[in-house]
Amino acid sequence: MTPVKTKVAIIGTGNIGADLLVKIRRSPLLECALFMGRNLDSPGMRFAASLGTPISDQSISALAEDPDCCEIVFDATSASIHLQHAPVLKALGKFAIDLTPSKTGCMCIPVINAEACLEEPNVNLVTCGGQATVPLAYAISQVHPDVQYIEVVASIASRSAGPGTRANIDEFTQTTKDAILHFTGVPKAKTIIILNPAEPPILMRNTIYALIPNPDMEALRLSVKQMEKRIQKYVPGYQVIMEPVFENGRVTTMVQVTGLGDYLPPYSGNLDIITCAAVHIAEMFARKKQESAHE
Amino acid sequence: MNKLRFFDATLRDGSHANAHQITTDCISSYCAAIDDAGLYTVVVGHGNGLGASSLQVGLSLHTEEEMLAAAKPYLKKTRLGVYLIPGFGTIHDHIAPAIAQGVQLVKVGCHCTEADVTKQHIEYARAHDVEAYGVLMMSHMAEPERLLQEAKKMESYGALGVILMDSAGALLPKQVAERVKRIVSECGLLVGFHAHNNMSLAVANTLAALDAGAAIVDATLRGFGAGAGNCQLEVLCGILQKMSVETGLDFYRLLDVCDTIVAARLQKKPSEITSLSLVGGLSGVFSAFTEHIKKAAVRFNVDPRDIFVELGKRKVVGGQEDMIVDVAMNLAQRTRKDDISFLMESLL
Repeated sequence: MTPVKTKVAIIGTGNIGADLLVKIRRSPLLECALFMGRNLDSPGMRFAASLGTPISDQSISALAEDPDCCEIVFDATSASIHLQHAPVLKALGKFAIDLTPSKTGCMCIPVINAEACLEEPNVNLVTCGGQATVPLAYAISQVHPDVQYIEVVASIASRSAGPGTRANIDEFTQTTKDAILHFTGVPKAKTIIILNPAEPPILMRNTIYALIPNPDMEALRLSVKQMEKRIQKYVPGYQVIMEPVFENGRVTTMVQVTGLGDYLPPYSGNLDIITCAAVHIAEMFARKKQESAHE
Repeated sequence: MNKLRFFDATLRDGSHANAHQITTDCISSYCAAIDDAGLYTVVVGHGNGLGASSLQVGLSLHTEEEMLAAAKPYLKKTRLGVYLIPGFGTIHDHIAPAIAQGVQLVKVGCHCTEADVTKQHIEYARAHDVEAYGVLMMSHMAEPERLLQEAKKMESYGALGVILMDSAGALLPKQVAERVKRIVSECGLLVGFHAHNNMSLAVANTLAALDAGAAIVDATLRGFGAGAGNCQLEVLCGILQKMSVETGLDFYRLLDVCDTIVAARLQKKPSEITSLSLVGGLSGVFSAFTEHIKKAAVRFNVDPRDIFVELGKRKVVGGQEDMIVDVAMNLAQRTRKDDISFLMESLL
């Protein structure tokens, strides 16, 4: 028997919203019931319409009018708009997955705290830089709780940073840093975000530096390798391109993210990593609901 | 002609040349001595600005708070300025505390095609009664028309002016004039120019910018700055006097500060055009990469000139210091092309 798919809705018809839609249509557990924005002529909206997905230009009001259309809502708008959406979604009793750097809900890095997040009404996916770098920072801090300082540098192609990312660059930088502090417990952290306009566009590249008094490099390499494997289960293009090395008194490791090339080209690994994480959480929510229905 | 505004980047760009080890004592002495010289602002802090002290770019000897506190009491006539590149520093962690310490001017910089990332920071500064200027870094990488579009964005955010940075020292005087003229003629902003001296053109390029209508000079005493250094401010001042251009600067005071502080206490050695910085300018690579490239060349036993050329091909931008190690590793692994073919390619 084919299980009934859990219905979801997407607010925000930009690159992230459209990419989510492609991934959801491929999911055996999820079905997109409504794709909402403000402009019926936007490329993302026309794309959704061409796939036969129900669309609306009334944004979140469309959801308030038909609250039973879905159980899960993805918000791919912007940090300030999500602050307005969050109480509405809560009142409607929806499981909200926030892809903006608003930090409204529980910060979620699926590979670290997915289970706990399923109990929350609002889950925040930090930032793409956070999804890429926090797991490795966490893997390092698990081996070395005495790590003194962690710094991450995320370089992304200009072309894959849409108007939303640019308008939120300050929250992006701050939220990524806050997430590293939150998940690793390190006393001090720093995030650097670089937009690179090179043509052809570069793949998303992240460097993680850690200051550790006497690093156990073998254990660090193993921990990072295991973390890479676990993330690859939901982000296939996640690849450690330089395993931890000790140089200049610091531990350095580098990861590259190639996108699946769903709505955007493969160089947009920065978008892919956050939409993959969002769909992964939604699928876990759906699976858990189905299991409890069978009991 | 507008009254010229002289932005002094000696303590900031010079920070790169000193591996970010300028002491608070030197900052205080410098500010006390230069306050009367007629400068518009003295910019203080890490070479890449607020929030840039990092393993990626280099750690500062002192915190920003210490550096600003060392400068503030001694600047009574000259504005205390800071630089910030969005993505390095944030409003919460860096701009707000700096303003609380009495900073009166903020320069917000970005790669020359990415002006929209400066919106939040320029708007925040203006909302707090702080002068804000946009900076377009690596301005050799965009054509005049594109620079104009980016400058107009900064104008719409409330910037009072836009400074074109020739971060790699890669522009020729004619190219500088074209860029400045395009913005001056179609945009209400004051235009400034910040030169690097890789091709021995820093002073000539600054004169070309002024001739094309620039109203802001962003330069350093003794050219103290990253790589081959900057437009040498006291030299420019002397030339402008000879040309009978009113500068409002105290020429002898600048010379005194050059001798007693910059040469005597800040510079370990004079800024010079080394073979490497020349290759860097010709390949269009960010001047502040020089020291990192030298280290990587030794570590991976490759020719530093090859690293410059390869980085130029990859069009790396300011802040991508992590690419240096990557390029050096790749060069060490692959069969070396001969030097002549590398040099030829860099000139194309």
